[in-house]
Amino acid sequence: MTFEIFLLLVQDAVGTGAIYVLMALGIVLIFNVTRVIFVSYGDLVAYSALTLGSFELQRMPGTVWLVLTLAGLAFLVEAGSLYRRNQIQLIPKAFLYWAIIPAIPVALTFLIGAENLSLPVSILLTIALVLPLGPLLYRIVFQPIATAPVLVLLMVAVALHFAIAGLALLYFGPEGFRTSSFVRGDVMVGGFGIPQQLILIVSAAAVFSAILFVFFQYTVAGKALRAVAINREGARLVGIWTTRAGAVAFLLAAGIAAIAGILISPTTTIYYDTGLIVGLKGFVGSVVGGFVSYPLAAVGAIIIGLIESFGSFYSSALKEAIVFAAIIPIVLWRWLYVSAHDSDENEDE
Amino acid sequence: MTRAFRPIAIGLLAVAIAVIPLLFDGFIITLLNYIGIYTLITLGLVLLTGCGGITSFGQAAFVGIGAYATAYLTTAMGWSPWIGLLVAIVLTVFVALVLGYITLHLGGHYLPLTTIAWGVAIYLSFGNFQFLGAHGGIGDIPAVSLFGYEFDEPGKLYYIIWVFCGAALLAAANLLRSRQGRAIRALRGGQAMSESLGIDVFWVRLRVFVMAAALAGIAGWLYAHMTRFVSPAPFDLKAGIEYLLMAVLGGAGTISGALVGAAAVALAKNWLQDLLPLITTNSANLEIVVFGCLFILLLHKSRSGIVPLVRQYLPFKPDMTPPPATADPVKLPEITPPERGSALLKIEGMTKRFGGLVAVDNVSFEVKAGTITALIGPNGAGKSTSFNLITGALNLTSGKVVFAGRDLSGVRPHEVVSLGMARTFQHVKLRPTMTLLENVMLGCYQRTRSGFVAGALKLDNAEERAVYDEAMRELARVGLADKAHELAGNLALGQQRVLEVARAMAAGPLLIMLDEPAAGLRSLEKQALAQLLRSLRAEGKSILLVEHDMDFVMSLADRVVVLDFGRKLAEGVPADIQANPAVQEAYLGSVE
Repeated sequence: MTFEIFLLLVQDAVGTGAIYVLMALGIVLIFNVTRVIFVSYGDLVAYSALTLGSFELQRMPGTVWLVLTLAGLAFLVEAGSLYRRNQIQLIPKAFLYWAIIPAIPVALTFLIGAENLSLPVSILLTIALVLPLGPLLYRIVFQPIATAPVLVLLMVAVALHFAIAGLALLYFGPEGFRTSSFVRGDVMVGGFGIPQQLILIVSAAAVFSAILFVFFQYTVAGKALRAVAINREGARLVGIWTTRAGAVAFLLAAGIAAIAGILISPTTTIYYDTGLIVGLKGFVGSVVGGFVSYPLAAVGAIIIGLIESFGSFYSSALKEAIVFAAIIPIVLWRWLYVSAHDSDENEDE
Repeated sequence: MTRAFRPIAIGLLAVAIAVIPLLFDGFIITLLNYIGIYTLITLGLVLLTGCGGITSFGQAAFVGIGAYATAYLTTAMGWSPWIGLLVAIVLTVFVALVLGYITLHLGGHYLPLTTIAWGVAIYLSFGNFQFLGAHGGIGDIPAVSLFGYEFDEPGKLYYIIWVFCGAALLAAANLLRSRQGRAIRALRGGQAMSESLGIDVFWVRLRVFVMAAALAGIAGWLYAHMTRFVSPAPFDLKAGIEYLLMAVLGGAGTISGALVGAAAVALAKNWLQDLLPLITTNSANLEIVVFGCLFILLLHKSRSGIVPLVRQYLPFKPDMTPPPATADPVKLPEITPPERGSALLKIEGMTKRFGGLVAVDNVSFEVKAGTITALIGPNGAGKSTSFNLITGALNLTSGKVVFAGRDLSGVRPHEVVSLGMARTFQHVKLRPTMTLLENVMLGCYQRTRSGFVAGALKLDNAEERAVYDEAMRELARVGLADKAHELAGNLALGQQRVLEVARAMAAGPLLIMLDEPAAGLRSLEKQALAQLLRSLRAEGKSILLVEHDMDFVMSLADRVVVLDFGRKLAEGVPADIQANPAVQEAYLGSVE
């Protein structure tokens, strides 16, 4: 391996690693607040990339139908639960929150149309369409079993992946999408070219990580989410609405997923079922941080990026297998040095 | 369903399975072959996930290893399928041992997540190794043959599949009712209890994991010689979750649930394949969407599965017959108690620091054989920490714990009980879905030796009988014999506490450590408990208890040790302690 190739591989690793960092942050966020190991997080990323890809091909993205279906379902679930609790008077409000508001980006997309969109408009529409997916899925799938053991939530998340990836095949078809680069050209640093695309990805990842940090550290809403993450019962006692906290966490995470999907779309061809593979890489990164630590999760994600790019250099056929097999040494490391022996007292089962 | 009915039901089922190929052909047989193979795979998950509480999404990968092992050996090497079976089992067991050894130390949610990762890694490897045919797979796999007879049609292989399946179901049912089976079922709900009973939790987990993998490996072998062709697709994560769905749907934790779940999913799949094309042109894709939604709905509405649901409506009684008596009965080992009055437990300078906090500071005392010693003190005095230090649940920072003449430093928690120290817990730790009898039988774990094979083949009758007798004796002693076959979860708290005492007694200890045994008990229950403890003392047992209830302690204990802020404040007979001004001050504040 020459030094140039080495640098290229590192460059590649930093680019993909930065995207995995964003995903790892979203995954950790959801787990901390709701205890859901959201395996299908990658599907949101894939939906985002596929949506942007559809706009580029001047097609109406299937995401609009998914949002509408989920909004209808979420409203029915909410209305049903209000009915059982004899709070029928709240149903109109539920209609506003769960059916009308999520449908706004869909209506907007139909109004603007999918033809001849400028890049900023299609990016904004993509984010607006992916955002509602988070809270809607939470309301339908996870909120009804919010107190279930982590393992049940995990099983539900895995089953959910197959449902929404299957729908993606229906909406987007089996072909892969890859958008054209947002920016072209290199920035020369000491005789070595760094693609502007890479700089864009890394700075976007950095900016959104920073925004998350500020949100959690300095805003009341962020602190409330952290409180729920640390002690659900305690948070409820001081008046934090834990159900709403779950929805907010999913909303934020969906936002991060949308960004990650947009960033990944010019660098990787995304198929309807890529979500799981991409998402799992974010997961392997999060495992480094034990699902709890944001900075360690970010470090882990970069490591995954490195393993992936060097793995593909040595054996492109086995690169994915190598990345997933990497979880074994990572887990071993946590067990030996970090003591991952965190409470497995599943007394609630 | 009583025990007398069970053999009849199993016999009828066996006959039905045997004659089906004579009555039906083609499609039904193929479907049943798949159900048989799925049942084997799901059975592994029933043991692993349903009973042992270890969720694995990687079961399909083990099926793949078994299938590819035999496919490669019988085609590229031209070996006999029976050697293929041997290698399929050995290889899956080996891979499971390595993966399990590394990952089974992990608790909670890490473990299932790692199963996804290595499951995907193994699946991806199949499609990328040229010698395994890459994405094209391996074809022309020979049929299984026995003494020149070729099992080359579905209707013939059918018998091999169901012989394996039936044998595995029976062995698993036997296993669950044996010593190791109880240990497997006790895995769910935390390690502390199991370890206190002498169960090496990690090894039990590893064995179940390997067993589940071996079943999957056998299923993979059957699959390869049934379809005569293997490719990566049937071993992906989707298959892994389908097997999990079968286990949960059937009723994870019940052996028959494996068969029911496998059949239900196979039939539902089949039905969907007929139905969906009528609705949409994209039926192949929708199938998985429908499955995903059904699984989510199942987990939302009914997590217990079909078998437990149906059982509610059947006259299903637990099996109450004791294991048959054998010609030469086994006697459970007893530890010879030391002379009454000699020091059984000696604690010297016991100290525990958590960072800067000194929770227990240089505490020394003794428990004499045949006495009741009470450890008391205000909240935060370090009583529970002391308790955990003595039982080995925590490591000492400095000092020494000597029990029956042996220094306990370096002795692991699950080994302490075999030296003659049994304990109960402040927060009762029982297995609510096991009967009282089974809970107490768990207590005998370290006094018995039967392994997995003996349990699965029912070679453990003599020992089981001894354990049964011992457990019934302890239940009778605490006054719960009439409820022996009820579920422990149905007991009131007071009864749960004495059930824990019975379980501790079943371990045949010299010293019983009771952590707040009277907490939450009503007055009458406390009197009964005190009576029980006195009778144990009269038999020569020694007792160390932590307790808050002063009346209880003072009327019962021979000696009282008072802790305050981690230090020993006083020690003596109850009357002296009650008169001690320092103790009064610690409890009531200064009396100036």
